[in-house]
Amino acid sequence: MESRVSRYLPYLAFGLLALFPLTESTFYMQLLTKVLIMAIFAMSLDLLVGYTGLVSFGHAAYFGLAGYALALMSPGYDAVSLWWTLPAAVAVCALFALFTGMLVLRTRGIYFIMVTLAFAQMLFFVFHDTKLGGGSDGAYIYVKPSMKLGDFELANLEKPAQFYWLALFLMAATYLLLHRVLGSSFGRALLGIKVNEHRMRALGFPVFRYQLASFTLAGSLAGIAGYLAAMQYGFVNPEILSWHQSGAVLMMVILGGMGTLYGAAIGSFAFIVLQEVLSNQAWFGAWAKHWQLAMGILIMLVALYLPQGLAGLAQKFRGKPAPEAADE
Amino acid sequence: MDFAFFLIQLLNGLQYGLLLFLVASGLTLVFGIMGIINLAHGSFYMVGAYLAWSLAGMTGNLATAILLAIPLTVVLGMALERLLFRHLYQRDHLYQVLLTYGLILVFEELRSLIWGDDVHGVAVPALLNASISLTENLSYPVYRLAISGVCLLLAAALYFLIQKTRLGMMIRAGASNRDMVQSLGIDIKLIYTLVFALGIALAAFAGMINAPLSSVFPNMGSSVLIICFVVVVIGGIGSVKGAMAASLMIGLAETFGTVLVPEVAGMIVYVLMAIVLVWRPQGLFGKA
Repeated sequence: MESRVSRYLPYLAFGLLALFPLTESTFYMQLLTKVLIMAIFAMSLDLLVGYTGLVSFGHAAYFGLAGYALALMSPGYDAVSLWWTLPAAVAVCALFALFTGMLVLRTRGIYFIMVTLAFAQMLFFVFHDTKLGGGSDGAYIYVKPSMKLGDFELANLEKPAQFYWLALFLMAATYLLLHRVLGSSFGRALLGIKVNEHRMRALGFPVFRYQLASFTLAGSLAGIAGYLAAMQYGFVNPEILSWHQSGAVLMMVILGGMGTLYGAAIGSFAFIVLQEVLSNQAWFGAWAKHWQLAMGILIMLVALYLPQGLAGLAQKFRGKPAPEAADE
Repeated sequence: MDFAFFLIQLLNGLQYGLLLFLVASGLTLVFGIMGIINLAHGSFYMVGAYLAWSLAGMTGNLATAILLAIPLTVVLGMALERLLFRHLYQRDHLYQVLLTYGLILVFEELRSLIWGDDVHGVAVPALLNASISLTENLSYPVYRLAISGVCLLLAAALYFLIQKTRLGMMIRAGASNRDMVQSLGIDIKLIYTLVFALGIALAAFAGMINAPLSSVFPNMGSSVLIICFVVVVIGGIGSVKGAMAASLMIGLAETFGTVLVPEVAGMIVYVLMAIVLVWRPQGLFGKA
């Protein structure tokens, strides 16, 4: 049971984050926007890895697909409306997740990891080899989508602060939605499936349908993140759905502590800050170019010595038992 | 498409497939026997190619370079098994994925530090630098035939090792019941180390012999790795026979795909995989 304090902690965090633009530091605001976007992405993967027991190594497919959907829907110099492009991008991801989910969920364990990776790679080649999204050069999003109610401009997303608030709003919405879903009987059933699939099947739960629903929801939420990321950078190329992206987001989930939604957010924060620090030329000089070496070693250390991530570490210090280990 | 052209594509497809088999067989053995998913398997292919390139530069001869590089990769494989992979046998696949993903980043950066980021060509050994003419203007390089021959020999040796020798018997027994094998007095840890090193040496060797054809370049391991995943999924995890069948299938599909339908060639192998998944989720030769 969660205590009263921890129940209100997320709202406090969202409130404090909402005040950040008052610092007027555009650089850090943009960095934090990236963290918020990756937090949405990481939470969506945590739904699969931490709560449904499905290790997907191709989650970047949905992230990148939504980015490409936005790029294809806004080819010109006129702002498209966010009201229909965001739902449309998410719907594309949901459909693709539903389709791939039906195939990949026929497999388990090592197979599942490889097959999710292979499908993501297939999408990579679709965008890399065909002219659809500009091939390996990618495509530009010249103007960020608009948010208008009639003639009234609700937000101007070209302004970093307003874009930041949109990302924060969607991140908070994703968190609350997932919190709700996981607390429902559906979420309990998912956890049951994670622990023992055969028992849940014997109890009469339609395991496949539950997993497919979870897989589709995770893909759709990753789509929200991908849409925002494409909007932030103003361009997409096949790299955004490459397996390095899938690996990075998996690292964020584990680093923060899987099976805890806030852990995914902490993990994306830690990962992005680390990336910024390690690739800082002023501090590391020539080694900054090789920041992935330090990152790689760090990832290996986390895999070996910090299986429950930072959230597990915090709980250990507070003397609580770590959340249930993710053993077989 | 006339016959000579068809023959050339057929030989190319078979050669590519056989090369994939060398990489994929190691992957499938490590999966099947130790239950380890190794994303860094493609990095060993890259390491092999770079070793062949740099040692060939030093010794002036690719054959010598390969003879020197093989023991190095075996030692590398054994060391990694002892230091890293051994700790992951009992752990969830998730951590294996994470560890080996980190390992890829480390290998890529070390490659960049040691060998730089340039593309390098490797000369075909003089002895094999010839071609057989098929028609007046079409010919086939002897080196490609030699690669296919070597791969076939290795495949036969692997089959003999696993099916006919005492060591192979222990390996197969270890795959089905680790604890039982150990209680029978067999050093299963040593067997795991050997199998792991064998898998890595095979991948690295594939990189070495293919270096004159593909040249060596950064990130060369990742595309091979993912194709090998598809091979393992289609063939069935742990099945060397399946890896052979699937490798040839993929090799031919991709070679003919590139010639006939270049626009969608990159996707063909994944479509094949999707079909196999619908039809036989456990792979062609996998156990249900």
